[in-house]
Amino acid sequence: MLRLSKVNKYYRVGTHSLHVLRDLDIDVADGEFVAIMGSSGSGKSTLLNILGILDDYDSGEYWLGDTLIRSLSESKAAHYRNRFIGFVFQSFNLLPFKTALENVALPLYYQGVTRRKRNVIAGEYLERVGLRDWADHTPAEMSGGQKQRVAIARALIGKPRLILADEPTGALDSETSQQIMSLLREIHETGITMLVVTHDPEVAARTDRLIRLKDGKVVDPNETAEAAASHPNLPVAVPERSLTAPAIPATAVAAEGRRRSMDEP
Amino acid sequence: MFSLDRWQEVFDTLRRNKLRTVLTAISVAWGILVMVVLLGLGRGLDNGLRFNFRREASNSIWMSAAKTSIPFQGYDVGRHLTFENRDFERAKAVAGVDHISGQYFIKGGQFGGGEMTIRHGVKANTFGVNAVHPDAIYLGATEMVAGRFLDAPDVALKRKSAVIGKPVARFLFGDDDPIGQWVDVASVPFQVVGVFGDEGGEEQERQIYIPVTTAQLAFNGSDRLGMLSITVGDADSVQAKAITKEIVAQLAERHQFSPDDPQAVRVHDNVEQYERFSKLFWIISFFVVIIGLGTLAAGVVGVSNIMMIAVKERTKEIGVRKALGATPWSIVMMITQEAVFLTGLAGLLGLSAGVGFLSLLDAANVSEFVKDPGIDLRVGIAATLGLIFAGALAGYFPARAAARVNPIHALRDQ
Ligand SMILES: Nc1ncnc2c1ncn2[C@@H]1O[C@H](COP(=O)(O)OP(=O)(O)O)[C@@H](O)[C@H]1O
Ligand SMILES: [Mg+2]
Repeated sequence: MLRLSKVNKYYRVGTHSLHVLRDLDIDVADGEFVAIMGSSGSGKSTLLNILGILDDYDSGEYWLGDTLIRSLSESKAAHYRNRFIGFVFQSFNLLPFKTALENVALPLYYQGVTRRKRNVIAGEYLERVGLRDWADHTPAEMSGGQKQRVAIARALIGKPRLILADEPTGALDSETSQQIMSLLREIHETGITMLVVTHDPEVAARTDRLIRLKDGKVVDPNETAEAAASHPNLPVAVPERSLTAPAIPATAVAAEGRRRSMDEP
Repeated sequence: MFSLDRWQEVFDTLRRNKLRTVLTAISVAWGILVMVVLLGLGRGLDNGLRFNFRREASNSIWMSAAKTSIPFQGYDVGRHLTFENRDFERAKAVAGVDHISGQYFIKGGQFGGGEMTIRHGVKANTFGVNAVHPDAIYLGATEMVAGRFLDAPDVALKRKSAVIGKPVARFLFGDDDPIGQWVDVASVPFQVVGVFGDEGGEEQERQIYIPVTTAQLAFNGSDRLGMLSITVGDADSVQAKAITKEIVAQLAERHQFSPDDPQAVRVHDNVEQYERFSKLFWIISFFVVIIGLGTLAAGVVGVSNIMMIAVKERTKEIGVRKALGATPWSIVMMITQEAVFLTGLAGLLGLSAGVGFLSLLDAANVSEFVKDPGIDLRVGIAATLGLIFAGALAGYFPARAAARVNPIHALRDQ
């Protein structure tokens, strides 16, 4: 699905240059559900922005499918975002003056779908996230969880192959977070590749794989023990097939996540 | 380019920002209103100028015989001059003379147009009688409403033809057709060959024209002429002056007066006057347009400014749109279309208000120097196109700023 090899990203701050991503190698297969964790400032959002072609990188290669994503023109980038990628944000980023339906329909507007048609489709997607009856409400009239559902419907409507979520539950209480994660899982099961940045171990536990970033690098599985020792409360990067590793906190939800993933193969 | 769907987006945005929309619209509408009113006034001035020159063709020069004021070759000053048919023939040959007519002043004096009794049956009244050549029709604002004006055979054959003004015809003949009827001009019978109207007004229409040669014969004129009148085509005032000078020189030679005598020939040069007024009015119109354009430019800058602020406010929205796949072009078009629509609509409002104001002004008849103020269709169309262009211009910088919005910055969670 996507592959990063030796990707470096710098931010120029004044005369200094901040090395945010360092020789990053990441491979995500089709249909994976990956959590990205790491302390604040470790480069998670930067990584997601690069994956979402909202930002460019300085060296290395980023392959999205068979396409090398590098220094694309703005309109090319817009095209790929529109057709292949769906975004979910912590603060939802719905347009406040548009109804839920119009918000969901917006990506189709940029695909050139007629208003009537995209409203019908948007209605179907709202149905999928359980908000059919809220179609004519504006975001201000909705709860955080509802807003995030609308945002998820919007991310889905363009039939993306990849969904990138930057702390999608960051602004939600834990119960709502779990509901949103259930929804994302459900969507993932339809075959969409999904990357979720999160701080919440319970959220991470419901994914299939964990990538841990530290100072712009993927923390090596070998360092796992060390990292676990220094941050006993955080889950650590674990190989895909070892999600059952005891390093993951044994909360009920995490257990559920484990059960699910064990069922899969 | 201006997709129907995008209109919906534009309306949405404008509806959501009513205050901003209204303020922007007012600034543009006001600019256009001022410009339209000024343009209309400029045109009114121009019409007023033409109107004030309506009695005489603006390219006409009138030369009448007067008194000498410089002693010349033994002649004393104060000698009364008279022109002759021969002078007419010679002047006619001068290069640059387009049309020419001589006039015999039947009742003497220097100005002609003497009133004489005109009679038909029992009806009689006094009207101005002008003994002229056929080209006299080109010297004023005379327009035939029936029959014909005097022609060359009238003059050559000294025919007793008369062309009478509309009020004359009405007075003498009522509703009857005057053509072919006879009238007495101071007891000499003339046959009516035409009826004319004159833009110059009633006074110019209470006249009759008869062939100069017939008048000379019938009213003891020998071959005397009191005045020569010419038109000079498209000549400017310098050329017109040269033509006048040559004719005066010819006259001076034949009648033995100094060609430099400022009073011997009284010259009334419409070309020069018209040019002077034209220049003055052109300057006025020029400032009118400058002020109008300035006001419009201020409106455009206003729209641009307000839209710029709007774009700043909408950074997040634009970032979201970009993340969802909006191309820079679609963002540019969204902002531009908004600006064009707002400017265009407000501009059309201003345009209508301006046109309305001008028609009020017209109805009020403020001054004789302002006549029929208004803008013609072409100006209206040009203004509309100009507005769309102005809107696009107003939208350009905000649209560019919008297209440059970096979605990463716009979407970063604070
Ligand atoms: N546009 C930017 N300009 C300069 N520095 C930036 C910019 N965006 C992020 N950074 C810096 O890059 C580092 C990584 O940021 P980010 O990817 O947002 O981290 P995370 O999402 O993991 O918290 C941080 O030190 C942050 O301050
Ligand atoms: Mg972040």
